[in-house]
Amino acid sequence: MRELRKYLPFALSAAVVAALIVVPMNFNRYGLFILSQWATMTIAAMGLNLTLGYAGQVSLAQGAFVGIGAYTAALMTTHGLPLAGALALAILLCFAIGWLLGYPALRVQHHYLAFVTLAFSTLAFLVFRNESWLTGGTYGISNIPRPAIFGFATNRPLPFYYVCLGMLGIVTLCMWWLIRSPWGRAFMALRENPIRAQSLGVDTRRYTLMAFAIGSALGGVAGVIYAPLTQYIDPVPFNLSLSLDLLMMVIVGGSGFFFGPFLGAMIAVLLPEWLRVTEGYYLMLYAAAVILLLIWSPTGILGILDRFLAERRTRAASAKRAGTKSQWETVA
Amino acid sequence: MSDLLDLMVAGLATGAIYALVAVGFTLLWQTSQTINFAQGEFVMLPAFFMLAAMHAGAPFWLAILIGIGLSMILLGLGFKLLLVDPMLRHGVLPLAIATMALAIGIKEAVKQFFSAEASPFPSVVPAGEASILGRAVSLQSLGVLALAILAVIGLTALLNRTSLGRQMQAVAQNPNVARIIGIPVERMILLTFLINAVLVAVASVLITPIYLAKFSSGEVLGQAAFIAAIVGGFNQVRGAIAGGLLIGVVDNLSAAYISTQYRAAVPMILLIAIILFCPQGLLGRAEERTV
Repeated sequence: MRELRKYLPFALSAAVVAALIVVPMNFNRYGLFILSQWATMTIAAMGLNLTLGYAGQVSLAQGAFVGIGAYTAALMTTHGLPLAGALALAILLCFAIGWLLGYPALRVQHHYLAFVTLAFSTLAFLVFRNESWLTGGTYGISNIPRPAIFGFATNRPLPFYYVCLGMLGIVTLCMWWLIRSPWGRAFMALRENPIRAQSLGVDTRRYTLMAFAIGSALGGVAGVIYAPLTQYIDPVPFNLSLSLDLLMMVIVGGSGFFFGPFLGAMIAVLLPEWLRVTEGYYLMLYAAAVILLLIWSPTGILGILDRFLAERRTRAASAKRAGTKSQWETVA
Repeated sequence: MSDLLDLMVAGLATGAIYALVAVGFTLLWQTSQTINFAQGEFVMLPAFFMLAAMHAGAPFWLAILIGIGLSMILLGLGFKLLLVDPMLRHGVLPLAIATMALAIGIKEAVKQFFSAEASPFPSVVPAGEASILGRAVSLQSLGVLALAILAVIGLTALLNRTSLGRQMQAVAQNPNVARIIGIPVERMILLTFLINAVLVAVASVLITPIYLAKFSSGEVLGQAAFIAAIVGGFNQVRGAIAGGLLIGVVDNLSAAYISTQYRAAVPMILLIAIILFCPQGLLGRAEERTV
């Protein structure tokens, strides 16, 4: 029984991964596009979950970083440079900008980071829109090529879906490792009590910047695969509402839970699609669903599961305690 | 030069409206730690209540009263009871996210049930121009400015001169002590929500003739009010007023003298500068840290 419980999570994740690989094989073009978008948004939301859920810093600029990544990829690949190069550059760029952006916020309390990032988000949008010599302005950049991976062209929707899924897999593994590393622990100490963390010798300044910069870099990664996914980008998708959407994904999924962003992105990307049958009402229903969910469980979907498991564990423990007690009584 | 005067008056007029919205924003934050991301939509919606009332045949003044009344019931009472009360004890962030979802819901509802197009809205101030110091200034800007200033004076008088207002301030400063000395804290918090509802409805009457009634017009407004509140000092009513006026003027002047393309950037740069050099806001007081 115990053996089974130990291997259950692995079996479950293997099943989910297998399903993600096998089930979409006979999806149509649109279904694959939506699933690829889910994978992309999950990557961006994972970055924000690191910043917000693990390190406790509210960022309203994740959408802008997705935009920076997307424009980097679009500009480089339309000029014939490889997507891998764009990926490296976007990670570096977003990491550096995130690091710099964190500085003013660190001078004051942590919720000022939210305000600074809000301002940055708007500024980034204006640059995408107005600097048409670089970004094409409101006309955007079209004909973004999809990459060839080890010689395989990924122009068709299914192969490119696997590219998105593969990227999601790599990011997931890196994140899994990061959360379990001493850095991950320092991030969590920052969230729980920054002043206590500082008194225990955690360099809170550096780790705050680090959490924010790594989270931003993941936004860039998401952008790098977003550009070849849509094959056309313009400034509109990267305005403030994308940042707010990503924040919503993290909170709805369960901020600070490893799999929170996966569920949150699923709700934000797939739920509106499923509700499309209701036509004009679909976004209204979506908003109502999000509000009701948050009223019911402010810690998100995984918060419900967590509460349920915790309750069961307490019940099991008290049952065990009751059992040992009665044993004592019979002995005495 | 007459350009500058015109721009200043127009800027002060929009700034005064921003100030109304920003004051409501800070009131909610002070008394109940609610960051209302739907504040812009709260300004957009009453105009549609009023338009609906007018479609049903009500005269303009009655439509305004109906709009303010509906705003108090739905955006004041309803918002507090249905959304804020159940979520408040779970912290600031989930509630803020819920208000974002609410903003989407309001926008979509207006688009679906009313119209996706911009609708014209009658102005409470007659069109035309007045002459000040020999220069022509838009009467509408002056009227809006006067009405908004009147509303702000009324509000500050309520907050500072009446017992009710002082009780509300006490709740904002320290709810626990306020409760100990016998102030009905719950009622005061409800009152701030109602005041916010009236403020957004008044702002709606004043700004909609300028920008037209459209489901998406709340986005820009909400953001402007948010920035005004931060620039002025998140925890002070007079800070929000100053911030609103400042943002209105800066926005208008930068559109004329710097660049229309980057007009939206100037308030943002101002915001970042304020956070860098004067983080508690122009008129705010520093908040203390707790371990």
